[in-house]
Amino acid sequence: MPRDLRRRLVSTVMTSLSALSVLVALVPLGLLLFFVAVQGAAAISLDFFTQTPRPVGEPGGGMGNAIVGTLILCGTAALIAVPIGVLSGMFVVEFPQSPLAPAVRFAADTLNGVPSIVVGIFVYAIAVEPTGGFSAMAGGIALGVMMIPLITRTTEELLRLVPASLREGALALGATRGRAVLTVVLPAALPGIVTGVMLALARVAGETAPLLFTAFGNRFWSTDLTEPIGALTLQVYAYAISPYDDWHRQAWAGALVLLALVLGCSLAARAATRRLERMHR
Amino acid sequence: MQIDILPRWLRRTMALGVLTVAVSGCSGADGAAEPAADAAPVDITGAGATFPYPLYSRWFEEYNRRHPDVRINYQAIGSGGGIRQVQNGTVFFGATDGPMTDEQLAASPEPLLHLPTVIGSVVPAYNLPEVTERLNFTGPLLADIFLGRVTRWNDRAIAAVNPGVALPDRDITVVHRSDGSGTTFVWVDYLSKVSPAWKEQVGVGTSVKWPVGIGGKGNDGVAGLVKQTAGAIGYMEPAYARQNGIPFGAVQNAAGRFVASSIESVTAAADGAAATIPDDFRVSITNPPGDAAYPIASFTWLLIRERPDDVRQSAALVEFVRWALTEGQRFAPELGYSPLPASVVERELAALERVRVR
Amino acid sequence: MRRSRPGRTDGVFRLLTTVPALLVVGLVAAIGVVLCLDARLSIAAFGAGFWTRTDWDPIAGQFGAFPFIWGTLYSSGLALLIAAPVSIGIAVFLTDVCPHRLRAPLVFLTELLAAIPSIVYGLWGIFVLVPAVRLLQEALPPRIRALPLFEGPTVGVSLLAAALVLSVMVIPYISSVTREVLRAVPRHQWEGAYALGATRWEATRVALRYARVGIVGAVMLGFGRAVGETMAVTMVIGNSPQASWSVFAPQYTMAAVIANEFAEAVEDLHLHALVEIGLVLFTTTLMVNVASRALIWQMSRDRRRRLAQCPVAAETP
Repeated sequence: MPRDLRRRLVSTVMTSLSALSVLVALVPLGLLLFFVAVQGAAAISLDFFTQTPRPVGEPGGGMGNAIVGTLILCGTAALIAVPIGVLSGMFVVEFPQSPLAPAVRFAADTLNGVPSIVVGIFVYAIAVEPTGGFSAMAGGIALGVMMIPLITRTTEELLRLVPASLREGALALGATRGRAVLTVVLPAALPGIVTGVMLALARVAGETAPLLFTAFGNRFWSTDLTEPIGALTLQVYAYAISPYDDWHRQAWAGALVLLALVLGCSLAARAATRRLERMHR
Repeated sequence: MQIDILPRWLRRTMALGVLTVAVSGCSGADGAAEPAADAAPVDITGAGATFPYPLYSRWFEEYNRRHPDVRINYQAIGSGGGIRQVQNGTVFFGATDGPMTDEQLAASPEPLLHLPTVIGSVVPAYNLPEVTERLNFTGPLLADIFLGRVTRWNDRAIAAVNPGVALPDRDITVVHRSDGSGTTFVWVDYLSKVSPAWKEQVGVGTSVKWPVGIGGKGNDGVAGLVKQTAGAIGYMEPAYARQNGIPFGAVQNAAGRFVASSIESVTAAADGAAATIPDDFRVSITNPPGDAAYPIASFTWLLIRERPDDVRQSAALVEFVRWALTEGQRFAPELGYSPLPASVVERELAALERVRVR
Repeated sequence: MRRSRPGRTDGVFRLLTTVPALLVVGLVAAIGVVLCLDARLSIAAFGAGFWTRTDWDPIAGQFGAFPFIWGTLYSSGLALLIAAPVSIGIAVFLTDVCPHRLRAPLVFLTELLAAIPSIVYGLWGIFVLVPAVRLLQEALPPRIRALPLFEGPTVGVSLLAAALVLSVMVIPYISSVTREVLRAVPRHQWEGAYALGATRWEATRVALRYARVGIVGAVMLGFGRAVGETMAVTMVIGNSPQASWSVFAPQYTMAAVIANEFAEAVEDLHLHALVEIGLVLFTTTLMVNVASRALIWQMSRDRRRRLAQCPVAAETP
């Protein structure tokens, strides 16, 4: 029957198209990973991890200070975002009848969608201008603001997954609500929350825009939170738009390290999630 | 601008910050190889012009080798940023290629000292794979190209000043700065002096409304775009052109000669101006008289606060500037900048006395 | 029975969680207020004209945001035009077509696209994609290159380069939400179609129709992402504030102009104009959030209603 044939043909074509679209997405991914791996591997050396950037025209040097800077910025961000994120997530689960609960959820979703450059402007206004200078602290706050919604939502989801029987058991034993949550429910959800924090860290570690006018960049070693600090992303940006071949090579090496850091973090988190899922089953 | 929102949150995070700083200070977790000096290291942050950035980054590195306790972190964010951030007090010193205007100085919360550090030039750099000779430009021709009136490389106006050069039939892609910049200031200051059309349509400033072209961020960004784009012409500081093997043209000076930028031709431009430099060192030296003068030359300035609160930083910075104006000048030629005339250096050292250091 | 005696520790716990909760809400409000305050000069000077004026002239103190809005909408729109069909295709493939063994690795790979930092996309864009776009433009026949859509010199950095990078960057977001939406389509929808002798595509169409509201929401989410994307776009779009139809013309976006000029603006008005652009980006995300929530709400309501009509269908995960 020609009509049937046509229907089957259309179906085959559309099915192949859907397969093709997966390919369309995977080709740029492959190209990107390929270029970063090849160009980055060619440029990377031990110096890259231990040296600071060299002035224009002097070959060599590295991004050791920027790698340390990224770690410090992420650490500061986590110090700010984890308590706020976890506690606000708890609030949403524990006090669902409060009118604040949907507001928190809405705010977290909105915050999650706020462009990172806007977060940069905001933190410049509240933490750079009033304190009189660009600083690692301001950079950490900017990344922290970006982390908060991720952690709030993760905490909320994971606390909901904890079986109600656990909580009720604790309450039945005479624990107060707070005690039950902090000593029974939270520990049960904790591995998942840690995973969520790692995913959030992986995301903010790759951010550049919010650091442009907060952390500002630094060519020297610095661990001082009140001074500007270097970051891998800032350094890669500065080198990428420069016209020096030597700096371009450094940019690729920086991108490789950044990608390894970010993907490593999210892969570890993913592996942990899978193990957790298996445990729960 | 004072904003007092989220005071509790802000105060808490700030307190947290102070705490962390205290902890990291105590543990002495400083990765750098510091000598066991009696004084703690001085960290100074500056920002501004990208025009002298190659030289400054060299200076700060060399000075740090000589004085490991002084670390000057300079971010080349553009001259406009240098002015703004030093006014806001978010950086300790600024740097600019275009002197601040009277209004900007008046609006500044504290007195700022303009100190020329070196003389630089801006060159029309182009990417024409077919052409091996150095091209000639006149001021009005450059203005017409940047106004979008001359759009192809084989235009009669270009051919007229380049006899015997086989000009390709290519579109001209104008590349300019996308950010506020003293390099832009020097360039458009020159174009305004030689082209009434430019002066009327566009004007002078650290960032202008470009009639045509594409924008690159920083001298770096412009050089990158020119290098990648056949048919492009952009303006940049010659060190950026040389280090990238981008050819740049000769420009007709006020005496009618075609002169390319060189250490000597730029010094020649400054020579004539030396006598007319005002006490605050704010002066434009584009299109000067003189047979050998390259017409698109300019001082580049440091913006130094005369009455800073932190005298330790201030003292260290003044020491650095003293070194840069004397010993440091010898690094200038190899990076394509012309050293300051001795008479100017002398006056600057005297002006430097005004800065509070104790 | 949840309500145990409201003792003192409970009060402390409540306070302990309420303060951070208020903080999260306050943070969003604070961003809005700070942006409004820091944009007030520009709002006062230009009013609504800010959005339609085409001149961005820091010397004359004239600021109009139209070229940036144009560049943002054009690049994001073009990106979605590419990314939406591809993402839906991916979602369909992974939900319905894909062999079971391949599913997990393919899901992982497509989501990997979301984990790659923007700056790495930008670096790759500058050195790989931009030259490729230039080659493409040079390869086009002159007759096509004369069309307004493709005219202009061969620069490489262009709206098209930005749209291509953006489309790759939003694919993981749209496809993963679409996948979830498709998974939420009750099994009986597919099975019913198959039972009636439908081909695979016909069954998929039924499911897509059923999920269309959610898919629109997914695409909107992708739009929100694309509009706010900064670094990768700044690096490949050419940063030229001239609105043009040509996809090969260098243009500018709202996020990019903030990244380029914010630290460098000298005059207050210039700074406030940049912050006002930031305010629009912020408002856009707020609206996208509200709208996508409304869509999701509508979809779940529809589903409830349909389930009510068809009580046999049990939800199967």
